[in-house]
Amino acid sequence: MAMNSQGRPTTPGAAGPAASGIETFTGHRGLDHEELLIFESGSLSKSGVDLPEPKPVKSRLNGLERNGPIGLPGLTEPEAMRHYVRLSQRNYAIDTGLYPLGSCTMKHNPRLNEKMARLPGFGDVHPLQPQQTVQGAIELMEALSGYLLELTGMKAVALSPKAGAHGELCGMLAIKAAHEAAGSKRSVVLVPESAHGTNPATAAFMGYTVRSIPAREDGTVSADAVREALGPDVAAIMLTNPNTCGLFEPEVVEIAKAVHDAGAYFYCDGANFNAIVGKVRPGELGVDAMHINLHKTFSTPHGGGGPGSGPVVLSDALAKFAPVPFVVRDGDELRLIEDISEAEARGQKPFGRLTAFHGQMGMFVRALTYMMSHGADGMRQASEDAVLAANYVRVGLKDLFSQPFGDQPCMHEVLFDDKFLKDTGVTTLDFAKAMIDEGYHPMTVYFPLVVHGAMLIEPTESESKDNLDLFIATMRDLAEAAKRGDVDRFKQAPRLAPRRRLDETRAAREPKLRWAPDAARKQAAE
Amino acid sequence: MRYLPLEQADREAMLARIGVPAVDALFASVPADKLMKELPDLPRTKGELEVERELSKMAARNVPAGSVPFFVGTGAYRHHVPATVDHLIQRSEFLTSYTPYQPEISQGTLQTLFEFQTQVALLTGMEVANASMYDGSTACGEAVLMANRVTRRKKAVLSGGLHPHYRSVAETLSRWGGSDVVALDPDPTGAEDIISQIDDQTSCVVVQYPNAYGTIRDLAPIAEAAHAQGALLIAVVTEIVSLGLLKPPGEMGADIVAAEGQSIGNGLNFGGPYVGLFATREKFVRQMPGRLAGETVDAEGRRGFVLTLSTREQHIRREKATSNICTNSGLCALAFTIHMTLLGEAGLRRLAQINHANAVTLADQLSRIGGIEVITPAFFNEFTIRVPGDAQQIIDALAKKGVMGGVPVSRLEPSRNDLRDLIIVASTEINTDEDRAAYVKALQEVL
Repeated sequence: MAMNSQGRPTTPGAAGPAASGIETFTGHRGLDHEELLIFESGSLSKSGVDLPEPKPVKSRLNGLERNGPIGLPGLTEPEAMRHYVRLSQRNYAIDTGLYPLGSCTMKHNPRLNEKMARLPGFGDVHPLQPQQTVQGAIELMEALSGYLLELTGMKAVALSPKAGAHGELCGMLAIKAAHEAAGSKRSVVLVPESAHGTNPATAAFMGYTVRSIPAREDGTVSADAVREALGPDVAAIMLTNPNTCGLFEPEVVEIAKAVHDAGAYFYCDGANFNAIVGKVRPGELGVDAMHINLHKTFSTPHGGGGPGSGPVVLSDALAKFAPVPFVVRDGDELRLIEDISEAEARGQKPFGRLTAFHGQMGMFVRALTYMMSHGADGMRQASEDAVLAANYVRVGLKDLFSQPFGDQPCMHEVLFDDKFLKDTGVTTLDFAKAMIDEGYHPMTVYFPLVVHGAMLIEPTESESKDNLDLFIATMRDLAEAAKRGDVDRFKQAPRLAPRRRLDETRAAREPKLRWAPDAARKQAAE
Repeated sequence: MRYLPLEQADREAMLARIGVPAVDALFASVPADKLMKELPDLPRTKGELEVERELSKMAARNVPAGSVPFFVGTGAYRHHVPATVDHLIQRSEFLTSYTPYQPEISQGTLQTLFEFQTQVALLTGMEVANASMYDGSTACGEAVLMANRVTRRKKAVLSGGLHPHYRSVAETLSRWGGSDVVALDPDPTGAEDIISQIDDQTSCVVVQYPNAYGTIRDLAPIAEAAHAQGALLIAVVTEIVSLGLLKPPGEMGADIVAAEGQSIGNGLNFGGPYVGLFATREKFVRQMPGRLAGETVDAEGRRGFVLTLSTREQHIRREKATSNICTNSGLCALAFTIHMTLLGEAGLRRLAQINHANAVTLADQLSRIGGIEVITPAFFNEFTIRVPGDAQQIIDALAKKGVMGGVPVSRLEPSRNDLRDLIIVASTEINTDEDRAAYVKALQEVL
């Protein structure tokens, strides 16, 4: 989770000459190629797939055949290959450099995970095959559950949520169902101001009123503030721990107790679980439900925005409200309970179903591969290295940057604000864009909202000390440049990327969300 | 540990620079009694070979679809995916990048999403499409919520031809979100009268096309009836290849199309990850959930792409967002768009024709077996048969003979005794004459 400007759209400055000062005939610049849209380069008659003639049969389509062309261009294989390879080269990626996007956990993605997910026994099985033909797949789900329960100290797991926000919905629905079963009508959910936007969005979707809890001066949530906000109308608190300021909530146990004493539940946003795997069990802190972003903590790749996977671990109190499907073991046989009435016959009270089928199996395989490869010792080491790296960056930058919550250790990510840029004319966004020219993906900016001009840096455990040293040196050089008034380096940035700054205001004001032929565009405008 | 670049000497030097004696000093804000003393009770670090060995053993306990005559569909379909697709989605720059928040260094992802959105809009016959949802079932659930927002009404009418899992997802979201659902009885033959269920309280009518049992029917009269009452028509498509041959929902008056895109570019994966397609009319775009890529220009006036209209989304609007969705199905959308580009119009049409021809051929062969009745009047690549006996038992018996014969309706509707003799059978381009012959032979033997 990160965004480039949080509703502060960027507008490019006056058009200058090409950054390099060199114009080319083709528009390409060496290895950086301009690439047409497939709608401009492809053709309706071309195809990159050779298919046999269909058998002649009498149509059973009942007269519902399409008339007229669809308008989908095709490319032959070499053309398609070049199109997508060239486009890929316009992306920054973990495999090309340090990707310090706070809260997003851009760690190395092992390729063994990809290989395992593509084993035909996992990748080429259908969710509705007879269950006796997929015992190994269900066994994998059971094994993954075992790892997640041991690492979190929780009692049950719902595997089906498709991403973190879907997991939030799952956990909060279990909480709502538990209240309903107890005959308790509660309408409020407490959410700290520093929370991910998905938290209030989830609570509001379920009809809850969101009551915001301010952060105190050290960036954490105080048990007193929570107690003050609690009441008989409060259903739950949604607390991120470690929080989005990169800090472990020191009063989390006290908060959990206060929440439980008030008859409410503790939902923990587990987006930052990667800092404490093998170090702290959330179940021992009093958590009732927590989603785990397998695509962050357990390194199933982000893929340019998904797919994710967001299993939810649950406490004893919530376990029976978990959605279908879930895995049960009858002796040697494993079974997926897919139907609500069947689950009820087993004494469960599922709140419903969140998705067709059983969840993100492809991500389960990758995450389990990651966990088996690391082992208990490797996972703990990974957490420690992630925290060590973030603190190393913090200490390396703290004299030039500004820490909003004073000089204190952080967890896996370090947060700065823009106070150090005051009067320089350089904004957080400018600073981020200048990092691009230096060959880095920017950190998360303008999040969390509780800090002005936030810069949230998460180096992860995947970087060597040399890489971290160069990153620190680069960030220091940029901060010094800003302070000595080298504003052009920031305002003009990025100059060396495939594109200069893009006009986001224009994109939002005159949305062009699909390609259309020029003539059709003109017609639409009239 | 092969994934961790820091060596012990590095760690010590870094701790010294930070000024703490040991790494646990950095965990000082964790209550001391909550910091784990022992390692978790799990195995230790393993090499690639050992992990591969263990997981391969698990994988070997499953019967892959490609190893047997395979006729299972009902919301997920086995199609041939060109080798190029899997190669390209494993490009580091696609696989290991994040959501494209920094557009200057994410044009690869953004341009492919823009192309994806255009392909989805064209295929469904709609004006705009988003950059993907988790899968078809959650796209369908979100479509219902969107229709409630657009119409400011709270009652959705679900066709009995809607995939039972999709129905269950929509019911779950509606129930806990405080709106109502009227779900019609299972409708294998497309005979239901859904129009009489629409009234001036109805926010939307949800109809699957082809439906979960394979049946196709004209959506235009339903759209007309819905619109007359101020309701929206949501068309759900779980087999997107069908739109290579069938009239698109947009042409028949659909206001939202929520579809599963797995069939193009994506494998079966035991149910996920898949890719939800979501398309609608331009006038509803600000009520749409999910990410959108849009065209703009950069400071030098060159065309470029950005994520746009994000004021609908949770990271800006928080509790007022149109949805809580954040991560979607980026890489699966990429697989979809690459496969679709390779097919092109010509390839997609032919692929759809082959699917239809294979299903018609199989239906004719099965209907010649005594006791078997094909009950689906009009279909694309999937149809329902009535068998003399318990469908689940027959499917299990077929599996023992090495044939995956379809989905017994009782697996999806276990409480409906009247549907226990129905099997949903799918046939795609992967099926050969030998596969069909094996199915016919095995079915004759188990009856």
